[in-house]
Amino acid sequence: MTPVLDGYQLVTPASLSEALADLAAHPGARPFAGGTDLMVVLEAGHLSPGRYVSLAKCAELRGIERTGDGGLSIGALTTYTEIRQSAAIADGFAMLQAAAAETGGVATQNRGTIGGNIANASPAADTPPALLAYDAELELVSSSGARRVPYAAFHRGYKQMDLVPGELIARIHLPARTAIPPEGGNHGDRVEEPLAPASVPVVSAFRRNAWRDYYRKVGPRRAQAISKVCLAGSIRMEGAGVADVRIAIGAVAPTVVRATAAEQALRGRALDADAIAAAERALVEAIAPIDDIRSTARYRSRVAVNLLREFLRS
Amino acid sequence: MDVPQVGRSVLRKEGRAKVTGQAMYVDDVSPAGMLHGVTVRSPAARGRIAAIRFDPVIPWDEFVVVTAADIPGKNVVKLILEDQPYLAHDVVNHREEPIALVAHRDRARAEEARRHVTVEIEPLPPVFTIDDALAAREIVWGTDNVFKRYMVQKGDVDAAFAGGGDVIVVEGEYETGAQEQLYIEPNGMLAVADPVHGVTVWGSMQCPYYIHKALAGLFDLPPERVRVVQMETGGGFGGKEEFPSVIAGHAALLAWKAGRPVKMIYGRDEDMAATTKRHPSRTRHRTAVSRDGRLVAMDVEFTIDGGAYCTLSPVVLSRGTIHAAGPYSCPNVRVRARAVATNAPPHGAFRGFGAPQSLFALERHMDRVAAAVGLTPEAFRRKNFVTFGDTLAVGQTIKEPVDMGGLLDRAFDVSGYRDKRDRFTRENAAAEQRERASRVSHADGAGHGAPASARAGESEGRSPSVRKGIGFAAFFHGAGFTGSGEVHLKSVATVEGTIDGVVRVLAGSTEIGQGTNTIFSQIAAGALGIDPDDVDIAQPDTAVVPDSGPTVASRTCMVVGRLVETAALGIRHTLVDAGFLPSVYTRGEFQTACRRYVETFGTLRASSQYTPPSGLVWDDEKYLGDAYGTYGWAVYVAEVSVDTATWETRVDDFVAVQEIGRVINPTLATGQIEGGVAQGIGWALYEDVVWREGRMANSQMTNYIMPTSMDVPDIRVYFEEVPYPHGPSGAKGIGELPMDGPAPAIFNAVAHATGADVTHLPLTPERLMDLLSPPEPVASADPSSKPVASAQPSSKPVASAFRRN
Amino acid sequence: MITCTLNGKRTPLEGHPMARLLDVLRASGMTGVKEGCGEGECGACAVLLDGALVNSCLTPLAHAEDAAITTIEGVATEARLHAVQESFLECGGAQCGICTPGMVLAAYALLSRNADPTDEEVRMALAGNLCRCTGYMRIFASVYDAVRKLT
Repeated sequence: MTPVLDGYQLVTPASLSEALADLAAHPGARPFAGGTDLMVVLEAGHLSPGRYVSLAKCAELRGIERTGDGGLSIGALTTYTEIRQSAAIADGFAMLQAAAAETGGVATQNRGTIGGNIANASPAADTPPALLAYDAELELVSSSGARRVPYAAFHRGYKQMDLVPGELIARIHLPARTAIPPEGGNHGDRVEEPLAPASVPVVSAFRRNAWRDYYRKVGPRRAQAISKVCLAGSIRMEGAGVADVRIAIGAVAPTVVRATAAEQALRGRALDADAIAAAERALVEAIAPIDDIRSTARYRSRVAVNLLREFLRS
Repeated sequence: MDVPQVGRSVLRKEGRAKVTGQAMYVDDVSPAGMLHGVTVRSPAARGRIAAIRFDPVIPWDEFVVVTAADIPGKNVVKLILEDQPYLAHDVVNHREEPIALVAHRDRARAEEARRHVTVEIEPLPPVFTIDDALAAREIVWGTDNVFKRYMVQKGDVDAAFAGGGDVIVVEGEYETGAQEQLYIEPNGMLAVADPVHGVTVWGSMQCPYYIHKALAGLFDLPPERVRVVQMETGGGFGGKEEFPSVIAGHAALLAWKAGRPVKMIYGRDEDMAATTKRHPSRTRHRTAVSRDGRLVAMDVEFTIDGGAYCTLSPVVLSRGTIHAAGPYSCPNVRVRARAVATNAPPHGAFRGFGAPQSLFALERHMDRVAAAVGLTPEAFRRKNFVTFGDTLAVGQTIKEPVDMGGLLDRAFDVSGYRDKRDRFTRENAAAEQRERASRVSHADGAGHGAPASARAGESEGRSPSVRKGIGFAAFFHGAGFTGSGEVHLKSVATVEGTIDGVVRVLAGSTEIGQGTNTIFSQIAAGALGIDPDDVDIAQPDTAVVPDSGPTVASRTCMVVGRLVETAALGIRHTLVDAGFLPSVYTRGEFQTACRRYVETFGTLRASSQYTPPSGLVWDDEKYLGDAYGTYGWAVYVAEVSVDTATWETRVDDFVAVQEIGRVINPTLATGQIEGGVAQGIGWALYEDVVWREGRMANSQMTNYIMPTSMDVPDIRVYFEEVPYPHGPSGAKGIGELPMDGPAPAIFNAVAHATGADVTHLPLTPERLMDLLSPPEPVASADPSSKPVASAQPSSKPVASAFRRN
Repeated sequence: MITCTLNGKRTPLEGHPMARLLDVLRASGMTGVKEGCGEGECGACAVLLDGALVNSCLTPLAHAEDAAITTIEGVATEARLHAVQESFLECGGAQCGICTPGMVLAAYALLSRNADPTDEEVRMALAGNLCRCTGYMRIFASVYDAVRKLT
């Protein structure tokens, strides 16, 4: 049930430049993308009244394009469904598709946007761990220009972002160097999650050459669930040793976490029991899970370690 | 009498309206001039109301406000006792207790106004746990915080335990948490009311006559000035059995004061937090069994938390008590049962009504007893199942054929239980060994972190951390009201023929999705030799239909359906005896006869009132005798996977075998079992009510977890039929039976998979982790330590983990 | 006020731009669109917006501008039920019926993109539509029956 709407405005500028001008002209105005987060807050009676600027007509924020270096530029208004159906994303960034498939149900995926997911800054969001593991970079725009920010530096604290008033997330850049195409080439236009048989936990894992990636979300049920722990990882082996590794984890700290110390504990070493144990200890140090309405700190901590172990041993 | 309609999956009577979106639920109607009503609720679990403040920023003269002072009749919700007020006036006894009502043309404005009413409470110490209620340091209800006690005794339990015979004694304590009914349509009512015309309400409900009685008392009106009409109802499951009297009264109070129609529709958060839920329970078992596996004595202590007011707790307690010793033959049984008061919002009816709670404890306990005596779970059951001629704990001699062993055989056959039980045991042990081995060995370096041997033997692509288990539950469920309940109800159903040649069924029973309309059409059509399409079911309207008793207790098909059958036969006989119809006739001839009879005599109508089957004996005082006319009997099997990396449990396959008399409509009957199993799976694994200071903290569908389409296994349903002579065409009641089996079957399966002595429901991953991998005493945990499965069931009671205040 | 195509007809819809499409549709007579939770969790309010399944309780009216909206009222034609509706009717896919409009639309949306879904695809497509009555089994059966009808 919505509250009285007198104090709310939702305007729909005809283009991105108009939207940016509107945001600049109205300090305190907030962008409105798919609505799947903000409308929930509105209906719960917690959305601050004020001016909301719909991005519905900002064409520049849509579309998935190849960039010069062979990476991808994903428009902030790209929906989860579009991510799931994108052959370009399938061909290299499958963890992001796994994340999109885990978010809500079909109806949420049809409207929810990746930019909204990032800007909502829930520590339990599904796409951030994948984006971190791909070393994503955000392109931010405002009426005064554009800038780029490594995604790893974007979230500064709980619901605090490197995003100044009037600024929008415009595009998410995924560099070619972190792409991991799936075995057997790209999936083509139709993407379906490689769901495992019922007895196997839903783990998305893909490999090319010596690269593997891993994405696993643990929630209270198989769909329509807010994450308790979410781990995304990519690893490249050379012989018995870890040539490179990236590990990101969500729902266990005020922001999504890139577990750099755990990566350090592994990089350049043989992937043996000692190395795994060292990485696990480093991971535990890097996270700060809490008790909340959905789960406990202890559960999150234990599962985080177990997911890391599962990733490294798979 | 020929019964061509029985066993046919006749299409749902109101199905077309439902699949086209034309079915009318209460929120779909908005009469002119209507106001929206909202409820101001207590912010504290217990205390004295010091003041109610209306913030002057709201233009209150535009609103209608009702408090207890506005109540024309008695400020009491008439049910079993008269302890629950419609609107609290000096004390509050639970969070969300209704205190005042506000109405406005605009729903958003009514909600905004509600937020600007502040209730000041001088707090009193609340009681939130069964133990605190029983300790009675703080009395929150009556003289001792106990709504009701029962004692059922058979033989001499104390003597049996003291007897010094060669027995093994097994103890256990089992707890179940609250469960929210979570009908997808929230509670809602529309009311018109004034002193001249009386009160009429339309809404979402299971029991129009319960509401009728409650409103008559609230407004001090004679019965004919109160009218209750059921609209299409989007799910009930017991949550709309007694609770709707409250929202109906509130809507009517506002309408009475406003002189306009008032509609109240609860928001989901409000519905979850403020309305009834399944009673939390604690059951303690102490069981003596002979060395060869025969039950010698069962001593059971069964306690349920009724929340702040009595509502239906005595009856929930009663059913739980009678089912507590299960379908087993035991010479000495004692069940001591209590329903206690706490300062939670009152708990109430939810499918199963006490039996799921006591049967969960029993069936989990039976597996543990089997293990203690060195028998397999099924061998132990087979030695103790009741059969024809045996006597249940409550003194009822079984006078119908019962073949629990046969049901067990079929369930095992269909589920592959025996093979899987052995195979999973072997595979789990092997997987456990491999996990330990892989932790110490070095990587083989081929781009994989674990040696090849770690994956050897993994079948079906199963992850190394997954353990499989299979378990079952054997149980029964009494159909109809307990003991003399049906006699007291004196239910009536009426069948009439109309001048259009159509047959109308008039009954107070409601369609809430379970198929009442369709079943009654089939039964009436079967009795009359016509087509179900020729039968109309009158909308349940107390001005039109008789009181057929409430739509609860798995009685609608079995008890009321039988009355419909008899009444239908009544008009058939009338037509035949009056010479309007030959004894063999066509559908068209029937319609013509009907028409002609009504043209000639004005009315064609027959009513049937409940009379108990002969031979049933029940003593209300001693609580002994024939508790139920008949029972449904069942064995359910659950196959699970437990991922020891995350402690998540998934049900992979579920088999439900039951003997339920006669299947009237296979699609509807199957749908009832499947839906009940899904609710049981939810209750067992997912549906955790989180309490904070006496309020449900996770009162959103985001945070209260019911199964989605991705969480349910294939649910495979099988029926056995042993016709019950007093049911329509032999049918027994089935609505609640499927709620009893899933939780204990799943728990037994998890115990098999992990060795964990699981006893507390719901079994969330966090709780399973605490069982399998308890917190280490030292501060810095060794992250590489793996949970060690405990092999022996513990008989030590585990402290309750439910009230997280 | 916005203009959209509602069940095939060009239709103006009045309301605040942030008003829930759910409320505006119901106020305009489409009471087949149901509210179950107001949080985007249950899917009872689902409609098709430009052919895609959306929760109308989370869709602001502004997003419906120039969109093609299909509610349950638009699934059957005047002449007959859609195959999905027939299947739900014949296979027991509806019990209390409150989730049914959203569920039918979810099934309809699935089958319009994927004429032969696997079991996992069906479950995933319906995962945002909660049903408390059926345990989903009869709903799956209804979907497979519709697949057969539509082939």
